[in-house]
Amino acid sequence: MKFGILVNEGPYQHQASDTAYNFVKSALEKGHEIYRVFFYHDGVNNGTRLTSPPQDDRNVVDRWSALAKENDLDMVICVAAAQRRGIVDQGEMERNGKDASNIAEGFRISGLGQLVEAGIQSDRLVVFGD
Amino acid sequence: MSDAEQITKKFMYINRKAPYGTIYAWESLEVVLIAAAFDQDISLAFIDDGVYQLTKGQKTEAIGLKNFSATYRALGDYDIQKIYVEKESLETRGLTLDDLQHLVYEDEDDDYAEKDSIKLVSADELGKIMEEQNVVLSF
Repeated sequence: MKFGILVNEGPYQHQASDTAYNFVKSALEKGHEIYRVFFYHDGVNNGTRLTSPPQDDRNVVDRWSALAKENDLDMVICVAAAQRRGIVDQGEMERNGKDASNIAEGFRISGLGQLVEAGIQSDRLVVFGD
Repeated sequence: MSDAEQITKKFMYINRKAPYGTIYAWESLEVVLIAAAFDQDISLAFIDDGVYQLTKGQKTEAIGLKNFSATYRALGDYDIQKIYVEKESLETRGLTLDDLQHLVYEDEDDDYAEKDSIKLVSADELGKIMEEQNVVLSF
């Protein structure tokens, strides 16, 4: 089956991102296809490379990046939600005159149309949130 | 054009939260406005505290937030015609349809007659409508 995934909550504060990660990992292991993982609301905070969780805790961001690399996942951060919350790639940095970027490996910033498209193209869109 | 535009699915956006305590209501509306451009069969549902999103007379000056309640009145212009409000959620909160904004759309198939977008449905009826959907997004 082809799944689209929507992650609506940030890392650590909420379990939604952990559950989404476990779902995606298991689905891939069972041979399903992940069309796209879309990060919205505070979910965009899953895509900053600047997190430094304690050594004895899971690294939510690195875990997503690694999973994307291994499986060629398309992980998209909503641009409007990202701009509000300070998740920035090179293009956004230049466009908005910021002095840094912080997007983690494997993520890209794009529009909400990518979420709607995931709904259209996937057999199931699974929402992880509050 | 892409394949995406040849498929029409039933999309339902479920709004469950009060309008200003969190950003869910506003960011849900942002998705809906974008989604309207994709030629899909869209409906909105308002349940739980989400019914407060549609109330009239919202005033947000004192909390320093943008009052976006007028945006719901524009949904008809985006050809969004089905707005389901759950009866039990309204009643539990002491609200009636009269407390909500009057939302309308123009019916192309009926000489552009102005029709009510809001349909009051029971939890049971709404459950059945949800079952008919292809994609359900809940905010």
